[in-house]
Amino acid sequence: MMNYSSGPLHRPEPDPPAVRAQDLTVVRGSRAVLRNLGFTVPRGQITGLLGPSGCGKSTLMRSIVGTQAKVTGTLDVLGRPAGHPSLRARIGYVTQAPSVYDDLTVRQNLEYFAAILHPGRAAAGLRRESVTRAIADVDLTSHADALAGNLSGGQRSRVSLAVALLGTPELLVLDEPTVGLDPVLRRDLWQLFHDIAAERGTTLLVSSHVMDEAERCHRLLLMRAGELLADDTPDALRDRTGADTVEAAFLHLVDAAIAAGRTEETTS
Amino acid sequence: MSTSTSPTAGAPAAPTRALNLSRTLATAGRVLRQLRHDPRTIALMLLVPCLMLFLLRYVFDGSPRTFDSIGASLLGIFPLITMFLVTSIATLRERTSGTLERLLAMPLGKGDVIAGYALAFGTLAIVQSALATGLALWFLDLDVTGSAWLLLLVALLDALLGTALGLFVSAFAASEFQAVQFMPAVIFPQLLLCGLFTPRDNMHPVLEAISDVLPMSYAVDGMNEVLRHTDMTATFVRDVLIVAGCALLVLGLGAATLRRRTA
Repeated sequence: MMNYSSGPLHRPEPDPPAVRAQDLTVVRGSRAVLRNLGFTVPRGQITGLLGPSGCGKSTLMRSIVGTQAKVTGTLDVLGRPAGHPSLRARIGYVTQAPSVYDDLTVRQNLEYFAAILHPGRAAAGLRRESVTRAIADVDLTSHADALAGNLSGGQRSRVSLAVALLGTPELLVLDEPTVGLDPVLRRDLWQLFHDIAAERGTTLLVSSHVMDEAERCHRLLLMRAGELLADDTPDALRDRTGADTVEAAFLHLVDAAIAAGRTEETTS
Repeated sequence: MSTSTSPTAGAPAAPTRALNLSRTLATAGRVLRQLRHDPRTIALMLLVPCLMLFLLRYVFDGSPRTFDSIGASLLGIFPLITMFLVTSIATLRERTSGTLERLLAMPLGKGDVIAGYALAFGTLAIVQSALATGLALWFLDLDVTGSAWLLLLVALLDALLGTALGLFVSAFAASEFQAVQFMPAVIFPQLLLCGLFTPRDNMHPVLEAISDVLPMSYAVDGMNEVLRHTDMTATFVRDVLIVAGCALLVLGLGAATLRRRTA
């Protein structure tokens, strides 16, 4: 269908994990939005970041991308501390609200962002190719010359996703990429995510508050109220909690966490 | 279909530098392309100053001397005001739409953003100033002793100053409502004190002292130098340097308000 690179990256030495966090804490205002998180995100897989809205998913993603202030603890991304200048070209980031220029066409949007990633006249051919590929990836070829502002909400978020695919990043951080999309589009996007992981060796960190999407991930990070409830595969989660679905497993873990909190209160 | 590695897959993106000419030009081109999709804004930016000058000419129909002095001052003030408004709204939109955060998470220098905007709006300012100056000199009989090129130079620097102030102020506005209100807050005091309504040495000493540190005073002063003298006077050179210096200073401050990490 498309020209993907062949297979995952082969390197002589084992790569550091895509993300490694230890005692990660983020303060916004006077409130700690993330408290002492510790986890690793392996390379070349899709890791789902799940939890109710307001639990700190976006803050965690912004910390990984390096746009969040007041981050303490250890947070290494692709072997470098998060926010390191050399990481900017290696990470693709899609915010929850589509961040594209409404008064430019789809192609003009992508051409501009491509010019930031690969500046100069020498890279013109490369830019044209990566723009065309990114538009095809998100299935917007027929809308390439439409103004982004005239597209539907789902189409605009796909333009935003296409921008993140431009430079063939090693790590893709996607904040609720499927919210508000119809079932067919959601299925197609998840297919695209799996293709990207399998064929380009890209690591994907995808957040969602819809639990049925969890089943499509290789690994899961379950969050609640700024804390990590679980860091496991969907199968292991279901086995451990004896639940049929990830949703049931999540609810089980939440109840257990609340119960643990109560006993702590009574004992102290 | 093909299993060959696509050329984009292996190509590392060029690293971030404080200022990169290609990225700056790409940014300027993008800002102008956005404007091209909004012809009404372009028309307003270019025609409103001309209309105001035209109006002013016939308001002072009986006293052409007054028109000369006020008209020349306004040739410097119009570009400042329009560029201030357009830039503050445009950058605010960039901040609120999330595109700025995205750009700063990419290998783009802050200087590229600022210089790109300054270049794009500076280009527009040249067209605007050329139209207004041409209209004033050749159709409205504005009587200028010095060269029209010097008028244009001051107008351009004023436009840059307006762009710089707009960029800077947009950092303190949370909405378009606030951004528009910064116009009277930042521009009107300068307008009152710049010597447009009454010579600055006639003002209360405190106000005169304040007007001495406001950049618009020098913009208007520079225009009046061109109005009265055939050649470049020392005062003119001082005025031009001060306006240019202020523009660069505020552009630098504007760059400092662009934060890669936000709360």
